[in-house]
Amino acid sequence: METDYRPLSPHIGIYRWQITMIMSILHRLTGVWLSLGTLVLIYWLIAIAAGPDTYAGAQMLFGGWIGQILIWTWAFSFFYHLCNGIRHLFWDAGQGFEIRTFYISGYSVWIISTALTVLAILFVYLFGGHP
Amino acid sequence: MSFRTPLGRARGLGTARLGTGHWLAQRITAVALVPLSLWFVMSVMIYMRADYVTVSIWLHSSVVSVLLVLLLGTLYYHAYLGLQMVIEDYVHDEWLKVSSLMLTKFICVLLAATGIFAILRVAFGG
Repeated sequence: METDYRPLSPHIGIYRWQITMIMSILHRLTGVWLSLGTLVLIYWLIAIAAGPDTYAGAQMLFGGWIGQILIWTWAFSFFYHLCNGIRHLFWDAGQGFEIRTFYISGYSVWIISTALTVLAILFVYLFGGHP
Repeated sequence: MSFRTPLGRARGLGTARLGTGHWLAQRITAVALVPLSLWFVMSVMIYMRADYVTVSIWLHSSVVSVLLVLLLGTLYYHAYLGLQMVIEDYVHDEWLKVSSLMLTKFICVLLAATGIFAILRVAFGG
């Protein structure tokens, strides 16, 4: 019985790009990127445990422009993955499958996660570190 | 009643019947991470540019230590479940798949243990 050479269903190559598939792929990408970002979180915790000198070194790395850009890509990834994750939880509960709702929730995720990232940047530069 | 073909059963290559557990664990950790990660990100925003004394006093508090330990445990569990899905979907070579899954699991446990150790060291006055 030959089972290895059956025709496969059409793969992503033949589809027109649309927001739903971009958002689904981006959910995975931000998830992988956030997993890598946890390395920085662990480094930060170790630096605090190790003492003032190590912490000062970590602050230097985070304060540099490469560090800042990386941190803000992780911030956007976090807010995106959070908002889209909540969208996924609604689908798991059987809600929001109408095409219109699908698009509305999709665009809302973009708007809310971008807005939260901008607000977070503003907050840190205006109030961060001066509690 | 089983819908598996006799050949499928003989080969033993069906589902491992572990899919529901994986799916549920991913959702439960996701729900737990909503408040935990939001609390953590807001704390980081406040303490990101703070000096050493301020940050270590923050980390010294019992509530913060417990929440951080919970965060790391849930976070790495959730991260492993997600990375496992990505690896299983895109890595088709059996040897490479099994070894990258194992390596990912080891790294997740190692990082969680390291982070929790650092938190406890500060909490217990290291």
